[in-house]
Amino acid sequence: MPQRLPRNPFASSTTSAVAIPPTDKVSPRRPSTSKGNRLTQFFSSSPKSKEQQSAQEALLAAVAAQQQYLLNNPSPQISAPSLSLPTISLSTAKAGEANMDEPPTTLFQPPSFAEAKRQARIDAQFGPLGSQSHRYVSKHMGGALSKPVIDEPPYYYVLTTYISYLILIIFGHVRDFFGKRFRPDHYRHLKAANGYAALNSDFDNFYVRRLKLRIDDCFARPITGVPGRYVSLIDRKTDDFNKNYQFTGTYTETLNMSSYNYLGFAQSEGPCADAVEETIKKYGISATSPRADAGTSDLVLEVEERIAKFVGKPAAMVFSMGFSTNATSFPALVGKGDLIISDELNHASIRIGARLSGAMITSFKHNDMEDLERILRENISQGQPRTHRPWKKILVVVEGLYSMEGTMCDLPGLLELKKRYKYNLFVDEAHSIGALGPRGRGVCDYFGIDPAEVDILMGTLTKSFGANGGYVAAEKHIIDKLRSTNAATIYGESPTPPVLMQILSALKIIQGEINPGQGEERLQRIAFNSRYLRLGLKRLGFIVYGHDDSPIIPIVLYNPAKMPAFSHEMLRRKISVVIVGYPATPLISSRARFCVSAAHNKDDMDRLLAACDEIGNVLQLKFSTGVAGGAEHLPDGVTPEMEDEWRKANGLQGVVQAPRWTLREVIANGVQDVKQPLR
Amino acid sequence: MEFHDAQKFVARSIDEITNRFQKVPGSAMLIRYIQSSYQDDPVRSAIELILVIFFIRYLLAPSYATHTGNFVTLTEEEIDDLVDEWTPEPLVAPQTAFEKEEAEKLPVIVGPSGPKTRLSNGRTVTNLASYNFYNFVGNEQVKEKAIQTLRTYGVGPCGPPQFYGTQDVHMKTEADIASCLGTEGCIVYAQAFSTISSVIPAFCKRGDVIVADRAVNYAIRKGLQICRSTIRYYEHNDMEDLERVLQKVVKDQAKKPLTRRFIVTEGLFETVGDCVDLPKLVELKQRYKFRLMLDETWSFGVLGRTGRGLTEAQNVDASQVDMLVGSLAGPLCAGGGFCAGSVDVVAHQRITAASYTYSAALPAMLATTASETLNMLQSNPEVLVQCRDNIKAMRAQLDPRSDWVRCTSAIDNPVMLLVLKPDVVNSRRLSIMEQERLLQECVDETLANGVLITRLKSMPVAPGANGKDVGWKLQPALKVCVTTGLSKKEIEKAGITIRHAITKVLTRKTSSKLGLPSVG
Repeated sequence: MPQRLPRNPFASSTTSAVAIPPTDKVSPRRPSTSKGNRLTQFFSSSPKSKEQQSAQEALLAAVAAQQQYLLNNPSPQISAPSLSLPTISLSTAKAGEANMDEPPTTLFQPPSFAEAKRQARIDAQFGPLGSQSHRYVSKHMGGALSKPVIDEPPYYYVLTTYISYLILIIFGHVRDFFGKRFRPDHYRHLKAANGYAALNSDFDNFYVRRLKLRIDDCFARPITGVPGRYVSLIDRKTDDFNKNYQFTGTYTETLNMSSYNYLGFAQSEGPCADAVEETIKKYGISATSPRADAGTSDLVLEVEERIAKFVGKPAAMVFSMGFSTNATSFPALVGKGDLIISDELNHASIRIGARLSGAMITSFKHNDMEDLERILRENISQGQPRTHRPWKKILVVVEGLYSMEGTMCDLPGLLELKKRYKYNLFVDEAHSIGALGPRGRGVCDYFGIDPAEVDILMGTLTKSFGANGGYVAAEKHIIDKLRSTNAATIYGESPTPPVLMQILSALKIIQGEINPGQGEERLQRIAFNSRYLRLGLKRLGFIVYGHDDSPIIPIVLYNPAKMPAFSHEMLRRKISVVIVGYPATPLISSRARFCVSAAHNKDDMDRLLAACDEIGNVLQLKFSTGVAGGAEHLPDGVTPEMEDEWRKANGLQGVVQAPRWTLREVIANGVQDVKQPLR
Repeated sequence: MEFHDAQKFVARSIDEITNRFQKVPGSAMLIRYIQSSYQDDPVRSAIELILVIFFIRYLLAPSYATHTGNFVTLTEEEIDDLVDEWTPEPLVAPQTAFEKEEAEKLPVIVGPSGPKTRLSNGRTVTNLASYNFYNFVGNEQVKEKAIQTLRTYGVGPCGPPQFYGTQDVHMKTEADIASCLGTEGCIVYAQAFSTISSVIPAFCKRGDVIVADRAVNYAIRKGLQICRSTIRYYEHNDMEDLERVLQKVVKDQAKKPLTRRFIVTEGLFETVGDCVDLPKLVELKQRYKFRLMLDETWSFGVLGRTGRGLTEAQNVDASQVDMLVGSLAGPLCAGGGFCAGSVDVVAHQRITAASYTYSAALPAMLATTASETLNMLQSNPEVLVQCRDNIKAMRAQLDPRSDWVRCTSAIDNPVMLLVLKPDVVNSRRLSIMEQERLLQECVDETLANGVLITRLKSMPVAPGANGKDVGWKLQPALKVCVTTGLSKKEIEKAGITIRHAITKVLTRKTSSKLGLPSVG
């Protein structure tokens, strides 16, 4: 039963307006601008292997042609009305797009063609806000952080999931058994040859060879252009079951639910990009030196100062890569005789940094404050292993927002324990900075906690600011010491000027110094979108992980075969999603993950909900029992405070109904209901 | 009534199970065996039962003991007291005086870091501290290309390469590097510094053997530390010693199952500046069946006729090097690093290399810049010749002429490392720390005369480390980076300034705060 969206009719036209034309139509017409020429000439001049050259050339010519197409050519292939529609929508009048110089006032005077096309391009990167009511302030409601309820599917699905993996493994081994005997050349890289041991161990490679390869086309899909509200995938096909791919020369523009573009700063237009262009002209591309030699510029100091102010710490330092920020900061902070207590779900960069530091490492159950307390008591009382000397210091490491679970760290709980047990707290805000809090300043802001209570605030600049790199913020004497002892400062390359300027201008927008009001809008849009989508998915009957305000929304799929099915079905509906399975998640709970952005608007969320609804029916993904939310409205006259009484009176205590709302109901009620505490 | 039913049901099920069991082939034999063993040897049956119970208990027990015998049982009150008593050390130690001084003197550049650079104190100085060998930073063509990329791709790729972070420009840069080197494939990382630290653990696992040069740089050391393989060092750039170590490894491992074996070394050494003998290295690796990981961070874009690195300079086919790691951030003035190798080598890293899979991709404009500058080197190799002329001019002013320092760098290396001559160190009995102080004074003196150079920085002792486990202590050195952005005249003038500054510092009567070196 196909369900139609009661959707803004203009929304679909926005999609088609920037649809990339089939390349075969435009590729003969070589772009004649200097850009195109350089791009193509680039290839012909450098010697390279034939195949790569031709494939790459075709690819690049296609890209150039596409840009050309979008920018310059009025083309008969796109019908004018479909283009003009989005801009004449009255609802976009307050879209917060600063460079929309002359919003059309009447319905019947469409803007010029070039203008419309430019606007369509801008909208593809950052969607116009449908209504001022589609905003919400991301803020903790007070009280202790409630643990998200983990819903479980019927045993049938759990059992079939295990059986599926069993079948996959058995088939894999059977195929290996025969393959090794009848097609030994396929296994050459796993066997010792000429006295060299195999580069890959047969055992380690099994997972990649027999499980991942089957669904490999759902990973690492190459893209082109800006990963904003929409993202253009480069189409590819395979003739040998994902071993090799060929590019078909076409592109698919999809709704981007996969990029970490929380505040929608992935844009090639607008104040950020303009500032970056100026910086490239002035500073060049690279700083060409590590920070400790001659890589410290006025620009980097300005960014550091601003980040420090933004996160609420006296000092900060920036790095050119988020991963190495962690990998090099731990060795500079702790060492032998120190203890690191790390959340079990912490990111790989934290684990590597911790291992490099030489400190003892132990972990506690994800977000479980009781387990943390138990470990703290045990370790403080026992001291170092064998010697029983007291630990020199203990560093508890958590993430602000966990990228696979969508959960936040229990900061109030951690600070409570910190008072008693005197440990140092390191919060990795890779995902939470910009994405949480009424002012976008991360978990401290969200919980209304003074950042001074957390010792080290680390974060990345990739996700919310559309740039690259990482930062560490702390007290001044800590940062001063880190500057002298951090390997990435001494040997690593410094962040490049354009990236620094992107950070700087994004921060200025968030703080309202450029285009006042736009930063606030971005923050409130992501909060609204996150809650709206989460509530909608719960009401449709999906099992959703994570806290209500988190922009990372994983839905659990369980059966391994549903991962590629979900991804393909979504792609068919032109939505790109990330699927994650074992080993990044527990074996049983493979999932699809949506990353909500401020660049999305309610129409995009509705489009996603409609797709999920259809796919959920086909793939049997609506397992939820209702314990984790998505419940029906209370009857009229019953307020949430009276709920317990009402249940008692009607004999409904402990009765949980499995939520299976229709799409129409979900969309009709969504906007009002997200403003209330989600239920 | 119900109870009766249940009893009947149980009886019926037991009957059925017995029936079914008897139908299984061989079940009669099993029953007979158990019955007879009971009758004949009750002791044996008892032992078997105990074994079964033990087996079940063993299965249910945790896989390893969580507490060793060294665990002290304490009451809750005692633990409370211990918790109250425990006072942690401060998170970081205070800065040392030298660190503080160094931080204060750190030059802050205002505007672009070109060959002439303006500092925050308002002075414009000659910049010989940046890896801007060919002055691509100021190149208009490169800038224009970057702006075009910005207007098409934005700045950040907003995701790791495996999750929609791979853009066509990354694939193009990879193809460009691979075709330039002549390898099957190439993988681009987001940061040069963390590339090799990630490549090593992607291939080297527990039980594998790595033979590494004693003078390898910090990033390689961290890679070696994290990979859990067995590490053997050989004397710096000593091919005979390498052969000795290889022979020893082969001999030691002869009786054991075959493991992966690697030689890890650098093309141009970051800490010494000299160059490895690649043909000899390849010969040795082939004779002893080792794989070669070559860190070309400082030689890619520098050595060879068109800057393809050590392989071009010494006429070695790049495919002989199993993993060739290089930087796009140094001479190419872009960002990121790469590892070139066979298709298998590259594909393996895409899944297992930590800093590739767990990090955001390289910004598009840095990838296109790398492609652009790489192409400029290929199509315009004169710039390399010019750079080498400048190196020669600089060297002429320093190495044979200065009484105090000598240059340890290879002849073509634009990063000139100047160490104090051994007789100077010996006659004054200078410790490493004192040498660093002296050289810092040289840097300050040179800067006072309008030339910005820097020192080879050593990694400070890690917190908690006692300083004993440092195998290789790099010799403190001055670092002078030559660039084509300056004319030969200017280079010579800067060289004279540096030489005079060194002489001035080292002939200073009081030698400032240094005092006389203490004996012992």
